[in-house]
Amino acid sequence: MADTITLQVARYRPGQEPEPVFQSYDVPLRKEWAVLDGLNHVKDHVDGTLSYRWSCRMGICGSCGMTVNGSPVLSCATFLTDYAPGPVRVEPLRNFPVVRDLVVDITDFMAKLPSVKPWLIRDDEPEPEGEYLQTPGELDDYKKFSMCINCMLCYSACPVYALDPAFLGPAAIALAQRYNLDSRDEGAEDRRDVLSSAEGVWACTFVGECSTACPKGVDPAGAIQRYKLTAATHAVKDFLLPRGAR
Amino acid sequence: MSVFHNVVVVGGGGAGLRAAIAIAEANPRLTVAIVSKVYPMRSHTVSAEGGAAGVAGADDSLEEHLYDTISGGDWLVDQDAAEAFVREAPSELLRLEHWGCPWSRQPDGRIAVRAFGGMKKKRTWFAADKTGFHMLHTLFQTTLSHPDVVRYDEWFVTSLLVDDGQVYGVVAIELATGRVETIIANAVIVCTGGCGRVFPFTTNANIKTGDGMALAYRAGAPLKDMEFVQYHPTGLPFTGILITEAARAEGGWLLNKDGYRYLQDYDLGTPTPHPAMRSMELGPRDRLSQAFVHEHDKGRTIDTPYGPIVHLDLRHLGAEVIDAKLPFVRELCSKYEHIDPVKELIPVRPVVHYMMGGIHTDIHGATPLTGLYAAGEVACVSINGANRLGSNSLPECLVFGARAGQAAAEFVGSTRSAPGAAVYAQARDAQRLLEREFTRHTEGHERIADIRTEMQTVMENGAGIYRDGESLATAADRLRELRERFDHATVDDRSRTFNTEVIALLELSFMLDVAQSIVACALHRGESRGAHQRTDFPARDDLRFLEHSLVHRTPDGGGRVGYLPVKITQWPPGERVYGR
Repeated sequence: MADTITLQVARYRPGQEPEPVFQSYDVPLRKEWAVLDGLNHVKDHVDGTLSYRWSCRMGICGSCGMTVNGSPVLSCATFLTDYAPGPVRVEPLRNFPVVRDLVVDITDFMAKLPSVKPWLIRDDEPEPEGEYLQTPGELDDYKKFSMCINCMLCYSACPVYALDPAFLGPAAIALAQRYNLDSRDEGAEDRRDVLSSAEGVWACTFVGECSTACPKGVDPAGAIQRYKLTAATHAVKDFLLPRGAR
Repeated sequence: MSVFHNVVVVGGGGAGLRAAIAIAEANPRLTVAIVSKVYPMRSHTVSAEGGAAGVAGADDSLEEHLYDTISGGDWLVDQDAAEAFVREAPSELLRLEHWGCPWSRQPDGRIAVRAFGGMKKKRTWFAADKTGFHMLHTLFQTTLSHPDVVRYDEWFVTSLLVDDGQVYGVVAIELATGRVETIIANAVIVCTGGCGRVFPFTTNANIKTGDGMALAYRAGAPLKDMEFVQYHPTGLPFTGILITEAARAEGGWLLNKDGYRYLQDYDLGTPTPHPAMRSMELGPRDRLSQAFVHEHDKGRTIDTPYGPIVHLDLRHLGAEVIDAKLPFVRELCSKYEHIDPVKELIPVRPVVHYMMGGIHTDIHGATPLTGLYAAGEVACVSINGANRLGSNSLPECLVFGARAGQAAAEFVGSTRSAPGAAVYAQARDAQRLLEREFTRHTEGHERIADIRTEMQTVMENGAGIYRDGESLATAADRLRELRERFDHATVDDRSRTFNTEVIALLELSFMLDVAQSIVACALHRGESRGAHQRTDFPARDDLRFLEHSLVHRTPDGGGRVGYLPVKITQWPPGERVYGR
């Protein structure tokens, strides 16, 4: 195994520089090193101006999503040796405006989050003294959709979001479903308009790239398909049944 | 230019989010701002794995949780604070359930609890082994239902504004633009978490640079019990990634190079096939990490390129238990060590994990500065004493986050004082100083990372699991040198846009303050207690040191150490007994 590997890193400051350029850095190639370790080596010892986000370096905080050799990945959970002999091309996540270098602007997602009301909705007042009972089987119904770390890899992979930034998107819909399918929740009706709108589940053409990209096995594509069925059933009921019987 | 909020919460992790919700609930007319250098869901609470303690079973009692906590903390725990903590922890965990936290369940649908180190009864609530992740996301998503809670995401707080012993707000930089803003507030709650990054090998995320501790320290608030640094016994070599204590609670064994369960040699009990409470692998973290050092001294650990290790053996648990209870452990081992714990041994070594010390607060989260509150790992109430028990820190974030939020809301409702000209002058000075950092030009060419790495080495060598007067005095000298070198640190990056190098510079300056406070407290405490082990003072000394260290910052960055008696209500100091 060679001692080093070349990172080709996209550098860009929109508004101040005309276009992204790739800068090459040779970094040590070690078995344990993630792509993030390579970037940290550059930042610490070679070029302090390189900008990127990272924090937990254990694949759970969702900060360090990047495009590596064309695929959206967590740079802390993707290893240099997998790309040997290189070069390794590191770019910001796609489908987002670039703030600088590898840092993208996710305010669009953060603004969409509250619209799906991702919190437990109950009618009962006051809160009961004990817990809401929930069997392990009921927990399993939504557990998968509760594992999203908001890393944005699914938005980066989504061809629909690329063309239509108004699309609610995979993670936000999966999160809505996480609550809709929770046996303790009574808010499905409150989330229905947003999910059933033109920018909701119906915008999805079921390419499935989101579920492929997801590092946590959330399967947003499955969440979306499942809601389409729910929404379609509702639509048919709305059409056929008198209001009181829906 | 400045903006105003009634309360500014610095930090958006478990404690900060809980505090913000408490304020919104206590008085919906108050405006609350969460100012955090990362998006809330990136906060380090996300990495907590094992669980959150709160008495739940019919066989358990508050008294027992209290006793475990006090003895676990080697009697440096304030017992009135611990009483409030064990009493309120169950209802806080229940509220999280009502907000949707996906707690693991018993077959009948009730909350499940698991065993944990140093706990006599099963009382640790868990969401598989991603408890912190689920708690954080539940809290964050719940704050979204409170539109009055506004957020400053990716804003880095650089100083607190103080006049005549009262806090009036913060100065902060917006990362995206480099804009410096003054945020005036009636009260500030610091919830920025710990400072593991002052050490070289830590479970702590990159963001854990002791910012809040340094902010309060510089503003004149004392730090408490800073010498008590917890080493978790099971971190993965190289990365320092935590393998949760739940792995041992479910039945995992610690083995030395001969495959021997070595904890039996350290007064921690005798091996049994199934886990026994407060015994062997379910002993407290300080004692387990210390046992590792002794095994190493005896030549019974295994050398690797990333330091000596022992093994954590989960193989006998089987794939079914591991997948149901410890899926994240399996995922982390596979990804970062290329091993499968179902079939292979996990290499582990002690790793800096948690800060028992922090900003001195009372049981309402109030600091000695009027209008300044703190909660979570950044604070020292103290319920953790000389050694925190696993699964007490998550409920601490909830109980004292809520208490600090309520206390701040009450204070804001009653205060009439507005910031005077001195506060605005201070804000302008702070802004000017920050502007200078963006154009910092120094004669030298010290790299930030070099100074940081040296500081970490100094801390490990001087103030590690075992310390003595000489190692600490050397560390104190070296830290003073590093502070001088810090003045010559260069910044390559002159851009205002997402300048992470200037942030790293400010974080390093915070860490140097925190490191010095740790060493100052450790030097003064001439005894061994919990996580503070002095080889030159090997015994606990209740006559001289049944006291909290209280350190105030001196202008040169050093610390002036004093003491405050521990509050004892019902459990006089006794022997810590494990495994017998």
